Amino acid sequence: MKSLAALGVVSLALVSLSACASEDAAGSKGLTVEATDSSCKVSKTELDAGPSTFTVTNKGSKVTEFYVYAKGDRIMGEVENIGPGLSRNLVVDLEKGTYEGACKPGMVGDGIRQKLTVTGEAAKKLSDSAELKAAAKSYERYVASQTDALIDKTNEFVAAVKAGEVDEAKKLFPVARTYWERIEPVAEVFGDLDPLTDGREPDAKAEGRDFTGWHRIEKQLWVAGNTDGMGTYADDLLANIKKVVAQAKDQPLTALQLAQGSKGLLDEVATGKITGEEDEFSHTDLWDFKANIEGSQAAIAALRPVLEEQDPDLVALIDQRFKELDAELNQYQDKSTGEWAPYTDLSKAQVKKLSDAVAALSEPISKVASVVASSA
Amino acid sequence: MTDLSRRALLGAAGIGAVAAGVGGGYALGSSDDPPVKPAEAALPVPFTGRHQAGIVTPAQDRLYLVALDMTSEKRDDLISLLKDWTRAARKLTAGNEIGVYGAVAGSPLGPPEDTGEALGLPPSQLTLTFGFGPSLFEKDGKPRFGLDGRKPEKLTDLPAFSGDQLDPAISHGDLVVQACANDPQVAVHAVRNLVRIAFGRASVRYSQMGFGRTSSTSQAQVTARNMLGFKDGTANIKVEERRSVDEFVWVGPDDGPDWLVDGSYLVTRKINMRIETWDRESLQGQEQIIGRTKGSGGPLSGGDEFATIDLKAKGPDGELAIPEKSHVRLAHPDTNGGVKILRRGYNFVDGSDGLGQLSAGLFFIAYQRDPEQFIRIQKSLAGSQNDLLNEYIVHVSTGVFACPPGVGRTGFVGETLFA
Repeated sequence: MKSLAALGVVSLALVSLSACASEDAAGSKGLTVEATDSSCKVSKTELDAGPSTFTVTNKGSKVTEFYVYAKGDRIMGEVENIGPGLSRNLVVDLEKGTYEGACKPGMVGDGIRQKLTVTGEAAKKLSDSAELKAAAKSYERYVASQTDALIDKTNEFVAAVKAGEVDEAKKLFPVARTYWERIEPVAEVFGDLDPLTDGREPDAKAEGRDFTGWHRIEKQLWVAGNTDGMGTYADDLLANIKKVVAQAKDQPLTALQLAQGSKGLLDEVATGKITGEEDEFSHTDLWDFKANIEGSQAAIAALRPVLEEQDPDLVALIDQRFKELDAELNQYQDKSTGEWAPYTDLSKAQVKKLSDAVAALSEPISKVASVVASSA
Repeated sequence: MTDLSRRALLGAAGIGAVAAGVGGGYALGSSDDPPVKPAEAALPVPFTGRHQAGIVTPAQDRLYLVALDMTSEKRDDLISLLKDWTRAARKLTAGNEIGVYGAVAGSPLGPPEDTGEALGLPPSQLTLTFGFGPSLFEKDGKPRFGLDGRKPEKLTDLPAFSGDQLDPAISHGDLVVQACANDPQVAVHAVRNLVRIAFGRASVRYSQMGFGRTSSTSQAQVTARNMLGFKDGTANIKVEERRSVDEFVWVGPDDGPDWLVDGSYLVTRKINMRIETWDRESLQGQEQIIGRTKGSGGPLSGGDEFATIDLKAKGPDGELAIPEKSHVRLAHPDTNGGVKILRRGYNFVDGSDGLGQLSAGLFFIAYQRDPEQFIRIQKSLAGSQNDLLNEYIVHVSTGVFACPPGVGRTGFVGETLFA
């Protein structure tokens, strides 16, 4: 348990650490710790605030550990079980203050301690950055534009369902969902409303609740071919969507959630759309697919100034991969009507190509959150 | 920067992975104990050398092989992929975490560079062997990646053999990575991380897990058994037989092309076995089909496992002791103009089929100086009029790859191709 608890502390302390994968960026401070059975030599005891990398080498005969303690032995970072002759790295983000580094030969006792003094500007908190605030604000405007359209189109869809206009409802279903899918991370913040609006039938059954929302009506439209008994479901859908929108306005996403959302949308594509299980009755998955991609792109656009500054190569790669994915995807859209091909029209080889393009984009996008954090 | 070791090589030492709450699973001895000599199976195999490791390296117990297709058509992407793979392979084969921060020391907000499932596991003699398929050089008659004129003449898809039921979805590939280790988790970890590195440049076409090496490639190894229950690879080329290895495995300076010298050609064939019908065959029948005894593995012409095969010997009934259409006779060098190949195959079980029968067989792997060696032997074996074993086996996949020479302490796998 101790290790896990300690990791939690490290997590908080590491928020402003860049996870840039380039080897050149490694060990910005290049600190070494030479541990023996009776000594613990840290190459530098006056440190700058920010992330420090300690390379701990065990030159003794006993298995050792290295800790960085704040006042009251609060663990800021630790690396355990360093065998004789081995080296391990510890990255720890320290604010201004005094700390202690400790080697524990034999992994017992209080350890051989060394005072560490950290000076300089303490790392700023993530929420303090004006740039990040601007990014979140910019995305808020995007969400606002999407939610207005979402309510309008859902209104139209619900009206068609209640009027028994099956063809019209079928036409509006993927259109209204587009606005929903673009801002899915927003909806998912409000845990209990997402399953009610966008849940799947098997999950509803497993959880012992009524099957409701988009897909309940979808099933009726495409499987039964009518709108019988759908009035209540349609009303509830609209009510729940209005609730999500209202809550979203009260509780805008942070820049970090935004970054995580850009990745979350691609995960949605990889797990739900590529498999064709999202719209299992209507096979309108490609509409959702495109909307998820657009939503992810909007999140990246909002974060762009921050990302450009922190990691321009990453932005360039993301841009390129978005372009490649779009090229792959857009061939399935009818340019005159704007309608997307039914998912069932795609061959296995075509799905594989889409899947490859999504994976290619997801890898760099998965790095965005740590880059955003490092900009604080 | 020092590499992040997943686990101490010294038997008693634990691992740094505990920092992430992952237990090493090894009890720590008192530090007064004499250092324990680690089991050989846990040690690393050097990644560098004149030849790639994983070819004449004594066969490890487990296989995970993956074939990939390039999703990018850019030469720079191919080269950067091989560089990135080489960098990772150096760390993986040494038993280290990949990347700068490894599995648990990076930013908590970013995905870990190393996927982590090998934390606490020793190097396990992991080897990673890379090869290039014909389709890497040209597709639809057009050269790719600026490799015009670089394709070895001999690197072409194998000819069709009688009885083949090949599935293109599990055949061929632009690139292949053969991961062998004594722990399947170590092999899977390596491939998974290499695949992850490749996203955006290459994607997986198919992969195959194997267990229970079916060939011994060293005199120090006991001959293992295949899924037919027979010892397999008794007469295989062994690493100690330097002359055979040079004559039959490595591409020589006169063979060309220059970039492939000290490399080798890899042939893969997935061979499904009709396990249930084989199991109903009598012992005598099984032995006549193979040409060896099931127990000791000795040839039916007499003697123990390693006795010289006498293809002319006759039994008391006046018939050939080793039947005319037995597997051993038809595969024997004497039947094939003296040709030998280095076999390195693994058993596989892909679960069961819909009828409750085992989906099992041999994932055949052979290395040779010239694919013609395999072709010659397979021509002897293939077809319902030839190898008696064909009633029980079917080849369902095929692949041929040029494996470049080894890599030094600097440079990258396949560098000679781009020189």
